[in-house]
Amino acid sequence: MTDINTYDGAPEAEFRDFVALLKPRVMSLVVFTAFVGLWVAPVDVHPFITFCSVLFIALGGGASGALNMWYDADIDAVMRRTQGRPIPAGRIEGGAALSLGLILAGFSVMMLGLAANWFAAGFLAFTIFFYAVVYTIWLKRWTPQNIVIGGAAGAFPPMIGWACATGGISIESLLMFALIFFWTPPHFWALALFMKSDYHEARVPMLTVTHGRPATRRHIFAYTLVLAPFAIWLGLTSVGGPIYLAAAVVLNALFIHGGWQILRRDEAAAVADGYAVEKRVFKLSLYYLFLHFVALLVQNAAGAW
Amino acid sequence: MALNTEHELHKRRRSRNVGLGLVLVAFVALVFGLTVVKVQQGDLMEAYDHQPRVSVLPQEAEE
Repeated sequence: MTDINTYDGAPEAEFRDFVALLKPRVMSLVVFTAFVGLWVAPVDVHPFITFCSVLFIALGGGASGALNMWYDADIDAVMRRTQGRPIPAGRIEGGAALSLGLILAGFSVMMLGLAANWFAAGFLAFTIFFYAVVYTIWLKRWTPQNIVIGGAAGAFPPMIGWACATGGISIESLLMFALIFFWTPPHFWALALFMKSDYHEARVPMLTVTHGRPATRRHIFAYTLVLAPFAIWLGLTSVGGPIYLAAAVVLNALFIHGGWQILRRDEAAAVADGYAVEKRVFKLSLYYLFLHFVALLVQNAAGAW
Repeated sequence: MALNTEHELHKRRRSRNVGLGLVLVAFVALVFGLTVVKVQQGDLMEAYDHQPRVSVLPQEAEE
């Protein structure tokens, strides 16, 4: 009896483990797009209210991340990419993640309601529900279209930001939603093309597993075509302008070209060069979204239409 | 096994306590800041004050 361990079964997590539960990387996208949505809206908001609103939207996103990690702990334990997450690694218990997620969800919605308005707060609550319940619990393990519909959850933040400023929805915020919504499938499927083994072992119905890789390539190209008109259309609304339009035309041409290259390749060619094109298009997709929203900010500073 | 006065576990626990402490301090600052901004903007924020609110009582007809 040299080792007396009072804390058996009660892992002592560090603070950063709880931060990791909130998916800080996804949060950075939420922060940026929500901020742009709020900033380009035609209503002036006090800078401190802007800061608080974006913070609470991010916190709501973090809450849905924690709920996602609670529900998906079994999948995460199988996939190499996610094995180090706090729950499968045994640093945080599932129940703790669930309560953190629920408390943060309620808290962020209430605080956003008090800081901005209750329409935006309701929208945030709906987004958390959509990501945690509709995507994570319902769609993710059921249909290969999980990415498409689940992408809506990631597309809501700029609409919430817009709602914080204006208290409603309009064509500009809907088009910002469409921009992220139609961007998500080619973005994730490009990733799935060169990360194939993982999803397969976790039995998540990714398109690459259920319909094969040639079908996935066709889907990627099709979505880059669908995406382009919405990205351009956004440039013709009140938040658009020549700078945004120029950026959108260039970026969409590049993205469609990337989708076309992915479509024209077969598996043998991809394996031969280690999925170089797929990896390049995946990286391009990150720049694509980031630069569209940067262009909105620049256009706003330079004066929109 | 070397005996230390401070177990590695306590280090992790302290990181949690300090982190939570900072979050709470930041939250207090945030609510204070929000209050200042809302009051400056003249927002109508009437809390329950343990007595009938004059503003919601029906107006009595003046004779």
